Amino acid sequence: MSAGREKAVGSKIGLGLIGLYFAVPLLATGAFSFWEGGSHYGPRAYIALVHQKQLWSSLGLSLRLAVETILVGFVILVPATFWMNLRVRGMRPVFDLISVLPFVVPPIALVAGMTALYTGPAWLVGTSNYLVIPYVILALPYTYRALDVGMRALDLRTLTEASQSLGAGWGTLIFRVVVPNLTTALIGAALLTIAIAMGEFTFANILLFNTFAVYINYVGQTSATEAAALTLLSFLITWLAMLGVLLTGRGQVQIGGAR
Amino acid sequence: MLTVLFVGPFLVYVAAFLILPTGMLLAEAFAGKHGFTLRYVHELGQGQTVVAFRNSIVLSAFSALVGLIFGGLAAYFTMRPGMPRGLRSLVTTFSAVAANFAGVPLAFAFIATLGSLGMITVWLKAAGIDLYGMGFSLYSLSGLVLVYAYFQIPLMIIVIAPALEALRREWREAAENLGASAWDYWRHVGLPILLPSLLSAYILLFGNAFSAYATPYALTSGIVSLVPVEISNVLSGNVMLSAQTGAALALGMIVVMVVVMGLYALIARRVSRWTRR
Repeated sequence: MSAGREKAVGSKIGLGLIGLYFAVPLLATGAFSFWEGGSHYGPRAYIALVHQKQLWSSLGLSLRLAVETILVGFVILVPATFWMNLRVRGMRPVFDLISVLPFVVPPIALVAGMTALYTGPAWLVGTSNYLVIPYVILALPYTYRALDVGMRALDLRTLTEASQSLGAGWGTLIFRVVVPNLTTALIGAALLTIAIAMGEFTFANILLFNTFAVYINYVGQTSATEAAALTLLSFLITWLAMLGVLLTGRGQVQIGGAR
Repeated sequence: MLTVLFVGPFLVYVAAFLILPTGMLLAEAFAGKHGFTLRYVHELGQGQTVVAFRNSIVLSAFSALVGLIFGGLAAYFTMRPGMPRGLRSLVTTFSAVAANFAGVPLAFAFIATLGSLGMITVWLKAAGIDLYGMGFSLYSLSGLVLVYAYFQIPLMIIVIAPALEALRREWREAAENLGASAWDYWRHVGLPILLPSLLSAYILLFGNAFSAYATPYALTSGIVSLVPVEISNVLSGNVMLSAQTGAALALGMIVVMVVVMGLYALIARRVSRWTRR
C-alpha cells in the first residue's frame, strides 16, 4: 500500500496549501491589530476600542436586533410550518418556493424596493427596529428549513390527537407539546439568525443605522489597526455561533450571513 | 378558518415585505410620467451600467470557478483514505465558519494582509518583492476574486461533500478490476456522475458572488463598478443615475438570480437521482 500512502501525503500537502490561504489572513490580521506604527507592537488599538462608547452601543444594537429577529421569525414561522405539516400538506410547494425567494431577491435589491415602497410611518421606518423586518426575511430560508426538518421528524398527527383527546387547545398543543420537541431545531435556527444579524451590513448601511458591521466599516475609514481588532472579534462571534449550530444540529452545516 | 390563523400571518408578511417591494421595483422601472415606458430599461444600455454588469458577471464567474476547483480539491483531499481522524469535522466546522465570515470584516482582514500597508505586502517589500510595483492590487477585480475565494471555497466544500460521499467505493473497485487507471476512472465514471453536482454547485457559487455587496463596498469603496455597489450609490444619492434606473438595475439583478436559481433547481433534481440511496 505504499502508493496509497504517497497519495495521502500529496493530499495532505494540497490541503495544507489551501489551509494556508485561510490561515494567513487571520494571522496577519491578528498581527496587524497589535501594530503601533514603525516596528512597535502593543495593545493600543484594543485599549482605544474598549473606551469607545459606540462600540458597545453598536454591539448592543446588533444583539438586540438579533434577538428580535429570532422572536418575530418564530412567531410567524412556527404556527405556519406546523399547520402546513399537519393539515395543508398541499401548500408545501408554496412554502418551499417562498423559502428560496430571499436568495432570488438580493438584499441590495430588496432594500431598494423597500425604500421605494415604505416611506412612513416614522415610528416604524425611523427607528432601528425597522431592520428587524428585512432581517426576518434574510433568516427565513434557514429558520423554515430547520423547523420543517424538525417537524417532519415528529409524528405531528399522533401528538395532536393525543393532546387534544386529553383536552388541550391549540395554544397548549403548540407551546407545551410541539415547541419542546423542537428545541434542537429552534436553537440551531436561532444561532444562525444571530450570525446573520450580527454581520448584516447592506440594510443597516443603506437605511443609516449604526449596527456592529456599520461601525466596523466606520472605524476602518479612520483606523486600520482598530478595524483589524474588530475583525477578529467578529470572526470569534461567527465561530461561537457556528460551533453552537454544529453542536446542536448533529453536524449539519448551514450557510447564511452577509456577503 | 384555522388555516388563515396559522398560515395567514406568514403569507401576509412575505407578501408585504418581500413580494410587494419587488413588485414596486417593477413598477418603478417601467413607469414614466405618462404611463408605461421602456426608457429606464434602455438606460441600462449606457456605458456605466454595462460596465457594472460586465464586472459583476466576470467577478462572479471567476470567483465561482476558483471556488469550484479549490473547494472541490479540498473536499476530495479531506475524504481520501489515510487522512487523519477528526480532519473531516475540522474542515466542515471551519468551512461553516468561513462561509459565514464575509462582508465588512472579511474585507478588513484582507486589507490588513494584502492591502497597500498590509502585513504580507510590507514583509514582502522588506524581502525585495514589491507586490504593488508588480501590478497587483487588492482593490481591483482580480483582488476581489482573491477575497471572494475566502467564502466561495468553503461554500463549495459544504455543497460538494455529500456528492463526493455518494461516489461508491464499489464503482471505483469495479473500474480498477476492469483495468482502468485512476485517470480512466475519473474520465469515464467519477466526473460524469459528479457533473450535475459540480454544475449546480458552480451556479450556486455564481449567485453567491453576484449578490455580494458588503465585501466589495468595504474593500473598494466604489472604485470597481459592480451592480450592487451602483444600486447603493443610487440609493445614497451620490450618483447621476435616476432612482428609476436604480430600480431597473435591481430588477436586472433579480432577473439574473431567477435564471441562476432556476437552473440550480433544474440540475438539483437530476442530482438527487445519484445521491438517493
